[in-house]
Amino acid sequence: MKGALPINRHVAQRVGFTAITLMAFATVLPIVAVVIYILIQGLPAISLEFLTGFPHDGMRAGGILPAIIGTIYLTVGTAIFSVPLGIAAAIYLSEYASDTPLTRTIRIAIINLAGIPSVVYGLFGLGLFVLFLNFGTSILAASLTLSIMTLPVIISTAEESLRSVPQAFRTVSISLGATRWQTIRRIVLKEALPGILTGVILGLERAAGETAPILFTGAAFFLPRLPHTPFDATMALPYHLFVISTQVPEMPIQIQYGTALVLLVFVLTMNLIATVIRSRARAKRQW
Amino acid sequence: MEKSLNWREFVITRLIKASGYSAILFVALIFFFLVREGIPTFKEVEASSLLNIRWYPIEGHFGILPLITGSLIVTIGAGLVAVPFGIGTAVYISEIAPRWMREILKPLVELLGGLPSVVLGFLGFLVLSPFLRVFLDLPTGLTALAGSLLLGGIAVPTVVSVAEDALDAVPRAYREGAWALGATRWQTIWRVTFPAARSGVLTAVMLGVGRAIGETMTVMMVTGNAPVLAVKLGSLFSPVRTMTATIAAEMGEVANGSTHYHVLFFIGMVLFLISLGVNIAASSVVFRAKKRAERILS
Repeated sequence: MKGALPINRHVAQRVGFTAITLMAFATVLPIVAVVIYILIQGLPAISLEFLTGFPHDGMRAGGILPAIIGTIYLTVGTAIFSVPLGIAAAIYLSEYASDTPLTRTIRIAIINLAGIPSVVYGLFGLGLFVLFLNFGTSILAASLTLSIMTLPVIISTAEESLRSVPQAFRTVSISLGATRWQTIRRIVLKEALPGILTGVILGLERAAGETAPILFTGAAFFLPRLPHTPFDATMALPYHLFVISTQVPEMPIQIQYGTALVLLVFVLTMNLIATVIRSRARAKRQW
Repeated sequence: MEKSLNWREFVITRLIKASGYSAILFVALIFFFLVREGIPTFKEVEASSLLNIRWYPIEGHFGILPLITGSLIVTIGAGLVAVPFGIGTAVYISEIAPRWMREILKPLVELLGGLPSVVLGFLGFLVLSPFLRVFLDLPTGLTALAGSLLLGGIAVPTVVSVAEDALDAVPRAYREGAWALGATRWQTIWRVTFPAARSGVLTAVMLGVGRAIGETMTVMMVTGNAPVLAVKLGSLFSPVRTMTATIAAEMGEVANGSTHYHVLFFIGMVLFLISLGVNIAASSVVFRAKKRAERILS
């Protein structure tokens, strides 16, 4: 009995560790498989014409240029609104706010913004931007909708990054006669920049891949030309993929996989940039 | 000089404060617009008809029960996938994996979080559901099960990252204490570390499930979109339709201001309130755990 127990414990540990390891791999391997599968299936579709041409023959032939450009417009549009607002809100929470009921309410609001279903953002964008403010189905309305959706990601990562700057940096700067804002701008923001950038890119990555919020705020089924003003509707990669895979009969499978690949590359490139910035900053950090 | 500096500082401080408050404003605005467009539902559709089991808007049937049960069954299925796998992966990353493995796995899980849901829906539609149809010998592979599997995958990154943070936050001294008493690493994980991180893990589960309820594109593409009441276990193997998919699929085709339009906003309101409830509950779990920790330490 005395001798048997420890052996059982160690057997249990070995079995348990193996099971957990297998579970972790069962979670991660499908991700790798998805990426590789789309790469293999989509690569044959990629050509200069596919990337720079307009769709024709009811989108069953030609390229996806308007969708690519549209997604770039939407991503930039989202950044214009959400980046300054998000960073400012993060500065408020990390540098100015004390632990009051109001601050706690702000935090709860941010957590809730992060949890609101993307399609509900779409409804909100339709109600406020498209109809009430009369922007119409447009890049502007879609970008604003996506901005608010992206905001919590940017705020929380930027705040975390600002908070990780040691308090001593602030104290020294202020003792040298700098004002609070000078300290924030020249010392704290500078030190926190890589972390903030990572958060911004991860937020925008999510915005670039979203479909539901732009369904009724800015996405167009098909456009024969590129949008000219922010008040035009636009095609976008995620919506285009949805359309050609479910709404268009007899769609060549290769174009579908090609579109999925371009979207994936777009999003994964952003993800990769964010990861690189973060790990480099971590390696360089001296505090 | 001194004066202009003060003035600039004043303006910037105000702007930063306003940005901080804006989050509250946005939540309020979202709620306001959902209510504004959703409330007319009560005037136009009777409550008994709203709680009916028939969703057929063209003929004026606005029973939302099938949509609610559709969302429920898909979400429960997703939870059954995401909770064990998410927690397992978090435990592996935080407690078992060697350092280099952790550096590989963490970005990969994050990558899953960044995959556009429409890409997963696309693969689900083309690969997963045909596979399920053949493998399980079903009339169609576009079922609640397909939705659950993919949504589980979508919820996993949330569960992993929040649960891993919670496990990481458990002081090393707890583990060392357990080891010193002769516990194996395995025993330490489940009897010391995991219980200590319990509230964080619970938050992870809630946020993951919240993520699953709100997911739209994937479920719209793979669950077959049939608004039938899903109350049996067998419903997992038949087509269903969720609240989110209904809004996404139908909002584009309704006339602004029509009853159908109002009901779709009403469903949006229900979704908003669900996510509000889940998130407030999740953050209060953390809050209470913090209080408890303070009490123990003082």
